[in-house]
Amino acid sequence: MKIVNGLYYTQDHEWVKLEGNAALVGITDFAAHALGSIVFVELPEVDAEIEAEENFGTIESVKAASDMLMPVTGKVIAVNEDLENDPSLVNSDPYENWICKIEIANKADLDELMNAEEYEAFCKEEA
Amino acid sequence: MDSVKKTALYDAHVALGGKVIDFAGWALPVQYEGILEEHAAVRNAAGIFDVSHMGEVEVKGPGAFDFVQNLVTNDVSTLEDNQILYGMMCYENGGVVDDLLVYKFDQEFFYLVINASNVDKDFAWMQEQSKGFDVELNNVSPEVSEVAIQGPLAQDILQKVVDVDLSEIKFFYCNRNVTIEGAKCLVSRTGYTGEDGFEVYTDNASIEKVWNALMAVGTPMGLSPAGLGCRDTLRFEAALPLYGNEIDADITPLEAGLGFFVKLGKENFIGKDALVAQKANGLPRKTVGFEMAKGIPRHGYEVVSGDEVIGVVTTGYMSPTLGKNIGMALIDSKYGEMGSEIGIRVRKNVYPATVVSRRFYQKNYKK
Repeated sequence: MKIVNGLYYTQDHEWVKLEGNAALVGITDFAAHALGSIVFVELPEVDAEIEAEENFGTIESVKAASDMLMPVTGKVIAVNEDLENDPSLVNSDPYENWICKIEIANKADLDELMNAEEYEAFCKEEA
Repeated sequence: MDSVKKTALYDAHVALGGKVIDFAGWALPVQYEGILEEHAAVRNAAGIFDVSHMGEVEVKGPGAFDFVQNLVTNDVSTLEDNQILYGMMCYENGGVVDDLLVYKFDQEFFYLVINASNVDKDFAWMQEQSKGFDVELNNVSPEVSEVAIQGPLAQDILQKVVDVDLSEIKFFYCNRNVTIEGAKCLVSRTGYTGEDGFEVYTDNASIEKVWNALMAVGTPMGLSPAGLGCRDTLRFEAALPLYGNEIDADITPLEAGLGFFVKLGKENFIGKDALVAQKANGLPRKTVGFEMAKGIPRHGYEVVSGDEVIGVVTTGYMSPTLGKNIGMALIDSKYGEMGSEIGIRVRKNVYPATVVSRRFYQKNYKK
């Protein structure tokens, strides 16, 4: 299982990568593996303001549809449209193929999330 | 997973990297490499499934034929020895107890293959219905293991390990005396994928030898171990019903679109009166196929017309073979015309769908 240093992680297996005032949001390798072959990603609307832990989209494997929950409150400023044509990109590299880009409302919210080390321990417990 | 049962092939699945889940109380692989890869392998080459969880009941005795003929909706009188038919057991009200394969070994010996999730219920039902018939019922499910080898190369692969000419086993026939690696096996040309293929039954102690022999000769030919995940997508594309989805205690075979397997002209069978009446009065609900451009339908999603809920999705997927979002739904019959526009509620949204034939995928049986 791949975990990338320097990212923030949630208990729902999303990651956040800070880029200045903005941040990329995606799902982790652990989540991508658990889902299996991803066949559809329902992206959020650009400009949507979404609260932390609120549903921001859906990711569908062959078997099931799963909600994705926003790690921190923010506004969607871009979505990864490549996923509309090829959702399996998330399986091939879940850290490179982000879901959406957000403007974080309050950076202090990131303190609530796990770092790579904490997330690795969390996944071990889940598995 | 301590409480779940393991098939004799459990270690083989783990060794192959199978992702094991609890299915109907059995620890079975949902996938190995991936559902899409395994689905494609079965459509284009061959896949091998562990279906040891299926239940088997032997029916023996002078009353065996009469008992089975009364028990199932299809007409068992049409069967030759070693021929098989598909049918349903129904309740008196026409709801389905289970669907099953009926193997006729001879007039006094039948073999019924039932769903894993229903074994206890089915066997109790059969015992209750056997009163008055001179038969002995034996639930041999715990002793029998089974693999299915399915796909266009299934016969070529299986032929390499058997001592009979498989071309002599016709569609829905079986041979009870096939030897594989010294083990006595029952081999039938049956399956649940819409492809040509075989199901191989043997005792628990022998199944791993059968599996290993098939994997050894088959892997270089493109055989892939295949899990429950693609078993469902494959059977769905071929519009084969699943108990709990398309058929259930409160769905009749007629509503499920399985009238072909219900012989209302037969002298008698359990549920006949209710089904005759339902047919005469018109079906309130029917099972339709549908496709939609946006949104992936799933089992249990609501089907709507305007603001009205008119039914439920029984199975839906993004079809791996067709690359389309398709489903089957049980809906109010008046919306079931081919070409009708219906709506599918996918989470918060309702997406438009069109009623189409359930023949999503043309079955490749060798008849």
